[in-house]
Amino acid sequence: MTSARAVSLVAKREFVTKVRTRSFLIGTAVIIAVLAGYVVLQSVLFDDQQHSVVGLSGQATQLADPLREKAKAFGIEVETRDVTTAGDAEQQVRDGALDALVTGAPPELKMIVKGSGDDVLATALNDVLRQQVLTAQLAEAGINPQEVAQSLANATVAVTALEPVDPQRGQRLAIGLIVAALLYYSLLVYGTMVAQGVVEEKSSRVVEILLATLRPWQLLLGKVIGLGAVGLLQLLVISTVGLGLSSAFDVIDVSSLGGAALLTGVLWYLLGFFLYATVFAAAASLVSRQEELQSVLTPISMTIIVAFVAGINLMIGNPSGTTVTVLSMLPPFAPILMPGRMALGVAPAWQVLLAVALALLAIAAITWLGGKVYANAVLRTGARVKLREALKL
Amino acid sequence: MPEGVLEIDRISKRYGEVVALRDMSFDVRAGELFGFVGSNGAGKTTAMRIALGVLAADSGGVRWNGRTVDLDTRRRIGYMPEERGLYPRMKVLDQLVYLAELHGMGTNEAHTSAENWIARLGLRDRRTDEVQRLSLGNQQRVQLAAALVHEPDVLVLDEPFSGLDPVAVDVMSQVLREKASAGVPVVFSSHQLDLVERLCDRVGIISAGSMVASGTVDELRSGGAARLVVESPTTEWAATLESVRLIERNGTRCVLELADGTDDQTVLHAALAAGPVHEFSRQRPSLTELFRNVVTTEGRSG
Repeated sequence: MTSARAVSLVAKREFVTKVRTRSFLIGTAVIIAVLAGYVVLQSVLFDDQQHSVVGLSGQATQLADPLREKAKAFGIEVETRDVTTAGDAEQQVRDGALDALVTGAPPELKMIVKGSGDDVLATALNDVLRQQVLTAQLAEAGINPQEVAQSLANATVAVTALEPVDPQRGQRLAIGLIVAALLYYSLLVYGTMVAQGVVEEKSSRVVEILLATLRPWQLLLGKVIGLGAVGLLQLLVISTVGLGLSSAFDVIDVSSLGGAALLTGVLWYLLGFFLYATVFAAAASLVSRQEELQSVLTPISMTIIVAFVAGINLMIGNPSGTTVTVLSMLPPFAPILMPGRMALGVAPAWQVLLAVALALLAIAAITWLGGKVYANAVLRTGARVKLREALKL
Repeated sequence: MPEGVLEIDRISKRYGEVVALRDMSFDVRAGELFGFVGSNGAGKTTAMRIALGVLAADSGGVRWNGRTVDLDTRRRIGYMPEERGLYPRMKVLDQLVYLAELHGMGTNEAHTSAENWIARLGLRDRRTDEVQRLSLGNQQRVQLAAALVHEPDVLVLDEPFSGLDPVAVDVMSQVLREKASAGVPVVFSSHQLDLVERLCDRVGIISAGSMVASGTVDELRSGGAARLVVESPTTEWAATLESVRLIERNGTRCVLELADGTDDQTVLHAALAAGPVHEFSRQRPSLTELFRNVVTTEGRSG
């Protein structure tokens, strides 16, 4: 039997066993539900902010067109309705069918809102009103209002940005954070799963039968590949559903940003998983029971948690700062920070390549070292094996 | 039909200061049931683990048909470790198919063989149950099936009978016999000496990491100093014979040990000359007595 067949048999078992478990199905469903809830909430909040229905009554109806245009210039969308004949217009405001009701004749307008009202809408309405008053008075003074409007429109300050602000910055930051969070979750959950699998084999002693027919590295590699594939599957399902929902609800411009983020996310997941999974497995091989597992995993989990928490804070503050730039290139932090910075569009190519190269080097070193610890410790049951002993043999 | 010899050649193993095995050698031939007995900590499990390559020996080697055992030959061995081990949350059938595949079987062949052993060992009702939901006895049967499912050329079983009910013991004995008669060398260790005596073609007794006696049960029992059981009213006649030593006296029965080359007829004549003899027989020690003897002697010398 070839090594490839041995490794693929182990990987297949890990994959099939894990994907069939209830915890995987429920876990994935819960994450998707949370994600969907978030997206829907976002889009509803977004819509609420951007879309107002204004009822216009009587002479106020002539304001419909200018109001819509002015509102658009302010970045909000206003739908106007003629409610002159509606007797219960005020009641509609109370019910929330109308966001505002405007009555009266210019310049004596009245706006009725339910609660605090929309400041932007009020400002837009004020502007429209002032414009009307101005136009009327200019006409009275014999000046062509259109010429004045033209001159006014030309009188703008020419702004030259030295560091242009990316109009998509907000979206990029959101995607960067989501990618970092997903990678953080995947590395922690699937790394721990590898560790639990190692201890399960050790505590149930099945490892002795397995190692009578497999080499330790085949078993380790198969396990890492199998569980890594489960993690990748989950990541892809979550991202696909997430991106689909986002584009359906217009939260994120998927075509330009989402696809690229997904690709870098997958690349860094693979690098990160191979980096951490072997460490998790080696640490787990030192103990014989699930209860002892936490103590050896804590230092590794802490590294990931620190990378995530500190990295996220630094990234929100200044994604190009020296600290976060250096950290994002170092192997233990790179898998979480670099994809975030890449999504933000602040990582130059040389930094990405350096981070990938360092990660690959680290993977080679860790796999060699971790494989050695694993091979030496995995058959030694009973008391916890000291790391020094496992390395020495 | 698989035929061959499994040779354990002067293997030694130390754990730090503790010597677990010291130049242990034995071989198991095709079609032979070899019983491995020894007190706890004598080195049985260590020897079996080394034979399976799960543990590396400090020196010495394990050969199959004259060739050093490597991973490929090892796949042809069926192994039942002392510490039973199966995936607790995997279904019986899936587990056996997986193990068969790991030992080099194709998927279809693995399925056929797994179903076959499940039926043989009476596990058909439980084939889609998780192993952890099975009774201990049934788990043992699955464990045996795990050792047999890839139709191995050699069987190495560490304490296969421990924890089995009498019915399962019979099933296990029958399967082992059957495998042996199909030409498979079978090695197993056990503390149930009566079972070993009944079942095995050859027996090896190990103590403190060395093989202290090995051979067929008959050879072992007839080896050592000859002993006679004599029932006669007096025993004073025995003291007159130089080559005879009185071991034990119980009423009118006594056990005598003869020095090498002593003719038992001389003893009989001496006894008859002293009075009536009601019983005169050769005493053959049971395996248990042999074992006790060997272990205590070794214990004193060690």
